[in-house]
Amino acid sequence: MFNYTLRRLLTVIPTLLVLIVFSFYLMRLAPGGPFTSEKPLPPAVMQNVLERYGMDQPLYVQLWTYIKNIVFHFDFGPSFAQKDRTVNDVIAQGFPVTLTYGFWSAVFVLVLGIPLGIIAALRHNSIWDYTMTGLAIFSQIFPNFVLAPILVLLFTLSWGLLPGGGWNGGQWEYIVMPAIALGTSYMAGVARLTRGSMLEVLNAPFIQTARAKGLPERVIIWRHALKPALLPTLTYMGPVFVYMITGSVFIDVFFSTGGIGQDFIDGAYSRDYSMLLGLAILYSLLTFALNLMLDLLYAWIDPKVRSSL
Amino acid sequence: MTDARKHLNSRDFADTVAEEMIVSRSFWADARRRFLGHRLAVFSVFMLLALVLFALFGHHLARWSFEEIDWNVLGRIKTEGAPSLENGHWFGVDELGRDLYARVVQGTRTSLMVGFVAGPLAVLLGATLGALAGYFGGRLDQIITGLYTIWISIPYIIFFVVWQAFFGRSLTQMIIVIIIVNWTAGLLIVRGQVMMLKHREFVDAARMLGTSDLAIIFKHLAPNILWVIVIYTSIVIPEVIMAESLVSFLGVGIQEPNTSWGALISEGARTMTFGTLWQLAFPAAFFVIAQVSLYYIGDGLRDALDPKDRR
Repeated sequence: MFNYTLRRLLTVIPTLLVLIVFSFYLMRLAPGGPFTSEKPLPPAVMQNVLERYGMDQPLYVQLWTYIKNIVFHFDFGPSFAQKDRTVNDVIAQGFPVTLTYGFWSAVFVLVLGIPLGIIAALRHNSIWDYTMTGLAIFSQIFPNFVLAPILVLLFTLSWGLLPGGGWNGGQWEYIVMPAIALGTSYMAGVARLTRGSMLEVLNAPFIQTARAKGLPERVIIWRHALKPALLPTLTYMGPVFVYMITGSVFIDVFFSTGGIGQDFIDGAYSRDYSMLLGLAILYSLLTFALNLMLDLLYAWIDPKVRSSL
Repeated sequence: MTDARKHLNSRDFADTVAEEMIVSRSFWADARRRFLGHRLAVFSVFMLLALVLFALFGHHLARWSFEEIDWNVLGRIKTEGAPSLENGHWFGVDELGRDLYARVVQGTRTSLMVGFVAGPLAVLLGATLGALAGYFGGRLDQIITGLYTIWISIPYIIFFVVWQAFFGRSLTQMIIVIIIVNWTAGLLIVRGQVMMLKHREFVDAARMLGTSDLAIIFKHLAPNILWVIVIYTSIVIPEVIMAESLVSFLGVGIQEPNTSWGALISEGARTMTFGTLWQLAFPAAFFVIAQVSLYYIGDGLRDALDPKDRR
């Protein structure tokens, strides 16, 4: 188990390297830069600016310095566009915000999705089941960027119950809508998947055996059916986390939460190299950490996987 | 003799039966029959066709172009910009006084184009690489699956934002970046299928006849995995349309004055505080109709083609 974790931790290095090198060259080889404006700077000034940011060096030297600074000083460099802030500042300010509603969104996905799926499976072909399946299809068709405006329309503009954006130090009113808008379609996905695998497990021979020896239904479900039924859901959560991170960029922009998504998009507009690269690394690290957590959880639940590690 | 007996003994009946027995029931004919039996899927095909026709010929019904500003309603959009038959703005006007109907036609065109060009191309690329990895195995397989693992653990928004920001925001760029982001679609399943099929007798036979590896892959294996590719394409197309809409919503997608569903929904969401709800409602409705139709078409194709679901 320990070895496995270590091996997984080591794979993050090539992944990040590919990402950094690819994005770095992609950005730098494109025409234009953070200091090109409609009125070009005088050559001497431009020269000074470039020197100030170390951009007069050959590309591979810059890349090497960039990587060295991250590894040894955990320094992602200064922002090119927001003059008085470093990328570290931006991350320290915005990341907790994104992480907070992201966490509540994940809670929403799992705490609502799994029970809904189980109920639908236990009441197979009942009104519960049909409502749930309908809801699942419905919310897969309404992605976050269609759902969020509708939520704001209802809860803010029509009923005035919740604020339509902002963060305000993370009061719960400000978290509700971002978390729901981000999570709904995955909640539906989790519910649908849990329903399917629960149905399959309930028809498996070992459940029939449990029934045959007269175990109460409660014990059958909690002790025997639940764990194997949740395995596919866990596998599904890996890609879901990746999508939720993408979704969080949208949520940050739409709800003006002050999370890192806004800075990421702004960085794209202003060609803020260090900002884009730093946040891309952060997003990838986050994805990686979440996936590792899931894999370990998977190994903990499934003895077959555990023994093969 | 009862009527039923008479019918069974009749010449007509014998002919029909004989005819039915002669008509071979190939895999694809079978699939077509099953797909046509899926009512929602067939209905969805018609919905999608309607959308395509709307995208192709919808502008003939518009009284305004999608770039033109109607100065008569500008500044009084909330009261006079609503959908109306009198001034020719069937769907109302947007916040700049441009005809929303013409813009929805344009947006439909862009979104469908991105979906139906980039989606299939991405799947083809992924399938080709998957087939190569599965067929040759060894080092090539390791490289391709390694790249795959790395790729799917990077949130796709990163590629979109970085690529779009630095290479401009045209339709072609959008299609290219979508293909780059989605090249992993269908890769693993095609690889698995090829690994399974490559040990079958017909492949051995082809190899013994001296057929080259590439010819085996594209001539002999490809028809056998076509069903996987069709299913995957039907899944990827709506995903691609959704991804395009998301990045256009964020402002790093299609550029003005061109537009797409996502860009239109974004404008509508921004202006809904002013009470001009039609600006959100029409693009969102088109987007949702397309997603629902594509969902059921995919569902129908899965029922028709997947051997696991075959009854």
